[in-house]
Amino acid sequence: MKNTNIIIVGVGGQGILLTSKILGYMALDMGEEVKVSEVHGMSQRGGSVITHVRIGKNVHSPLIDPGEADFVLSFEKLEALRAEHFLHDQGVLISNTQEILPMPVIMGNASYPISQPKGKETVLLDALDLAELAGSGRAVNIVLLGVLSRYMEWPQEKWEAAIAACVPPKTLETNLKAFKAGRNA
Amino acid sequence: MKKLMIGNEAIARGAYEAGVRVVCSYPGTPSTEITEFCAKYPEMNCQWGPNEKVSVEVAFGAAMTGARALSCMKHVGVNVAADPLFTAAYTGVNGGLVIACADDPFMHSSQNEQDSRMIARSAHIPMLEPADSQECKDFMKLAYQLSEEYDTPVFLRLTTRLAHSRSPVEVGDREEVGVKPYEKDTMKYVMMPGMARKRHVYVEEREKRMAKDACQMPINRMEIRDQKLGVVCAGVVYQYVREALPEASVLKLGLSYPMPDDLIREFAGKVEKLIVVEELEPVFENHIKALGLSVSGKDQTGLQGELSAAKIKQCFENGEEAPKEAQLPARPPVLCPGCPHRATFYTMKRLGLTVFGDIGCYTLCALPPVALMDSALCMGASVGMAHGAEKARGKEFSRKAVAVLGDSTFIHSGITPLIDAVYGGASTTTIILDNRITGMTGHQQNPATGKDILGDPAPQLNLEALCESIGAHVRVCDPHNLSEFNQVLKEELAADHVSVIIARRPCALLDKTKKETCYIDDCRNCGTCMKLGCPALQRKKNSVTIDHTLCVGCGLCKQVCPFKAIKGGQYE
Repeated sequence: MKNTNIIIVGVGGQGILLTSKILGYMALDMGEEVKVSEVHGMSQRGGSVITHVRIGKNVHSPLIDPGEADFVLSFEKLEALRAEHFLHDQGVLISNTQEILPMPVIMGNASYPISQPKGKETVLLDALDLAELAGSGRAVNIVLLGVLSRYMEWPQEKWEAAIAACVPPKTLETNLKAFKAGRNA
Repeated sequence: MKKLMIGNEAIARGAYEAGVRVVCSYPGTPSTEITEFCAKYPEMNCQWGPNEKVSVEVAFGAAMTGARALSCMKHVGVNVAADPLFTAAYTGVNGGLVIACADDPFMHSSQNEQDSRMIARSAHIPMLEPADSQECKDFMKLAYQLSEEYDTPVFLRLTTRLAHSRSPVEVGDREEVGVKPYEKDTMKYVMMPGMARKRHVYVEEREKRMAKDACQMPINRMEIRDQKLGVVCAGVVYQYVREALPEASVLKLGLSYPMPDDLIREFAGKVEKLIVVEELEPVFENHIKALGLSVSGKDQTGLQGELSAAKIKQCFENGEEAPKEAQLPARPPVLCPGCPHRATFYTMKRLGLTVFGDIGCYTLCALPPVALMDSALCMGASVGMAHGAEKARGKEFSRKAVAVLGDSTFIHSGITPLIDAVYGGASTTTIILDNRITGMTGHQQNPATGKDILGDPAPQLNLEALCESIGAHVRVCDPHNLSEFNQVLKEELAADHVSVIIARRPCALLDKTKKETCYIDDCRNCGTCMKLGCPALQRKKNSVTIDHTLCVGCGLCKQVCPFKAIKGGQYE
C-alpha cells in the first residue's frame, strides 16, 4: 500500500504540533502505522515551524523529502509558498490566506510575496475568519484539519474522537465547531 | 497497548519500566522532554539540576548506593558533565546508571554539532543508539541490564529526529528492581592513583569482553538482501537507509560502542561493496578502516548537517537533486511581544555597549532588529569573557561593556566566573536577565523560581544575597522601567567594582491573563518604536499599526514614542 505524506507548516504558536499530534493519534486509532517528525524549541518564538506526518505500512524515515508530499497543510500563506516544493506533481495544497509578516518584512528589508501558493489541487481559505466564527481565532489549525479530513477516508466521529483526545477539554466545543467549519467549507 | 510517543517520551517510559528511581537533568533541546515525562511518574524522584555536572553526580550517587538512575542532557551538556563521567567509567556502578544524551546534527537549537559517539570512545563508556520510539523504550531497559552486568555507566544516544519524532510504542509494566545493598568499597569508588590504576585495567578488560559479546547481541543485526551493497549504520540513519536503498544489505548497530569487530568482518565478507552511512564524524568508518577493511562513505555524505533518504540516494545512487525551496523572506524566531529582554537590550543599545552574550532566548538579540551581541559561546561564558576582556583592554573598556545571561544560565555556570571577577579585582558589569523561568527550552523551573519540577513550592535561591556574598555590588531593577534601568546601568558601568544588575521581570509567556492592549492615536510615523523589533508593530505607509491579536499591552512602545502617540497598555 502507498504511504500518505502530509507536511504541516505555519508560524510558531499556531498549533502545528497539536495538529500533527491529532493526525498521528487518528492514524494509529485507524490501525495504520505512522511517524510524525517535529521540531521543538523555537516553536513559541514566532519562527517558521514544520512537521512531517507519514502514514502507511512502509514508513521508515520520519521525514518527507522534497517532491514526496501528498498534502501541504499551511496555516499561513508565506509558509505555504515555502513548503510548496515538498509536493509531488499530483499533490494537494491547503492553505490559510492569512498573512503574518515576518521580521524582515516588518523591518522593511523585504516585501511579502504577492504570488499565491499552489499544488495540483489548491484550496485557499480564510481559516482565521472561520475559526473566529467558531469561537476562537486560535482554532485556525483545527479548521484546516477539517479541510484536510475531506481528502481522507476516515469517518467524522473518529476525527472528533481524536480531537477530543488531544485538545484541552475546555476548548473542545470550539475546536469541534472549527473542525466542522473546515470540513464543510 | 500501542501509544504514539516522541522518542523522548519513550525514553521516559523505558526508564519507568526499568525501575529507575532517581532522575536528575539539566534541560537542553532536544533532550528536555525526557525528564519532563519522567516527572509524570511518581515512582521516580525527578529534579532539575543546576547544570549537567551536578545532575550526573546526583545520578551517580544514587547509582553507587544501589538505585537505578538517569541523567539526561544535550550533546554540549555532556562536556559540562565530562569530569564525573570519565571517572565514573572507571568506578563503575552498583544500581544501573544511564546517561541519555541528545545530539543535534544541523544545529536546530545548538551552538555546535559535536558527535557524542567520540566522547563515548574517549570515556570508554558503552553507547546504545535506538532507531525509533519503540527502540528508545526497549534500549533503555537493555541499557540498565548492560550497566549492571558490565558494571559501567551507559550512554543512550539520540539525535533530534529521534528525540522529536513520534512512532508507536508498545507499553509495558514497571519492573520493581528495588535498591541494591550498598557496601563501602574504597578500591572501587575512591579514585586515588593507586586505585584508579587498577580500575583502568578493569575498564580495558570490560571493554574487550563487551566488544566480543556485542557480536552476539540481537541489537547488532545483519539484514541480508542484495549482496552487491552492504551498509553499516545506526540510529535514525538506519531509517533513511531503508527508505533510500531498500535492496541493500544492512548491518544495523544498536550498540555503537564498543563495536562488534567480528560481526563487521563477517558482514564485510558477505557483500561486494561496503559503505558506512553516518551523520557527523566518520566514527564507524575510521574504526572499520582500522580493521583493515575496504570501506567508504564520508567522502560522499560529508561531515555537516543531517542526512535524509533523498540525500543518501543522491550520494550513493546518483539520484537526482531534490526540488529546492523558493527564495522567500526568512521567518527567523523573534522575541515574543512583551518579552522583558527587548527592554534590556534596547537600553544597552542606546548606550552603545559591547555585549558578551550567553545561551538563552536573548541570544536572538544577536539578530536584527536588535543586533546587539558580540559573543555567544557556551553556558555562562559571558561573565568570564567580560573579565578576560578587561584584563586585555583595561578598565576603560569595561565601562562600555556588559556580560548578559539568564537566571538559569547564571545558576548553571555564571557563579564561578563571578567569583573569579571579584577575586581578580575587576570592575565588570553583569546583567542577570531574571525572567523567573528557564525560557528557551520551554519553561522549566530552576532553583531561583521557588518551584520544583512539578510546579510545587521549593526552597528559593536568593540571587541578590548570593551575588552580594560573592562580593559583587548588586542592583535590582525592572528593565521595563526604561529611565530607571538606564540610570542604574550607567551608574554601574561607571563604578569601579564588580556589579550585578538583576533585570527582574517575568517571561511574557508566564502571564496568561488578557491585558488591555496598546493602540496608536495620531502617529507621526517617525519609526522610533520600530527599533524595538516587536512583532505586534507594523509600519504602514503613513503610520505604525499595532496588531491587537499579538500585543500583550506591555507598554514598552508607549515609553519610547517621542510624540506620546501610543496609548493603552499596562505601563504608565
